[in-house]
Amino acid sequence: MRNSILSFAVDQKLYTFAVDFLNPLKVIYMLNQYETVFIATPVLSESQMKEAVSKFKKYITDNNGEIVHEEDWGLKKLAYPIQKKSTGFYHLIEFRAEPQVISGLETEYRRDERIIRFLTMKMEKYAVAYSEKKRAKKASEIKQEEE
Amino acid sequence: MAQDSSEIRYLTPPTVEIKKKKYCRFRKNRIKYIDYKDPEFLKKFLNEQGKILPRRLTGTSLKYQRKVAVAVKRARHLALLPYVTDMLK
Repeated sequence: MRNSILSFAVDQKLYTFAVDFLNPLKVIYMLNQYETVFIATPVLSESQMKEAVSKFKKYITDNNGEIVHEEDWGLKKLAYPIQKKSTGFYHLIEFRAEPQVISGLETEYRRDERIIRFLTMKMEKYAVAYSEKKRAKKASEIKQEEE
Repeated sequence: MAQDSSEIRYLTPPTVEIKKKKYCRFRKNRIKYIDYKDPEFLKKFLNEQGKILPRRLTGTSLKYQRKVAVAVKRARHLALLPYVTDMLK
């Protein structure tokens, strides 16, 4: 089990095979749900911002993650200056993934000069329920407006 | 003398304060999760300087006070709330 975790980064397929093999009871592994918010510098153009978002989304999906929800908050004013900037592009991604993915994702954030701040949080069951409720509420509001 | 003290007359009748019992708004409204992405809501638990208010003032139960504190700190990290300020409200 330990070895299979270590080989995770090397070979994803081997890992999933090992999990199946070492799990005779076929317990379904519940992937953790995470929520990540990052702030990108306001100097980016719209296409650059989209490119940055797709880069991190790709990182998650490449590591067998599944994107649940995505939210673009747009350019927002910061409560205090970060790196001498008073505004920033906020973006939120909700996803399900293996716990090992997180450290890699955060390294990607740190390496990327466009990202000035990020926060990743594991969603407990109430958080998941809350965000689902919020989304359902929003969807119904849009529906009502259309009618 | 004892008679005098019993005959004290007040210009304005003394109001006996009835203490309104504080309650935990999360327990009462069955809120299970406190969202750090909603700074307007979290401001109810901060003073003008942006400090977290104690439980004895807000009436929040210990379980939810801890969650409030975590949510406020997350919001501060994401620059949704300030770390230090004046005249927040």
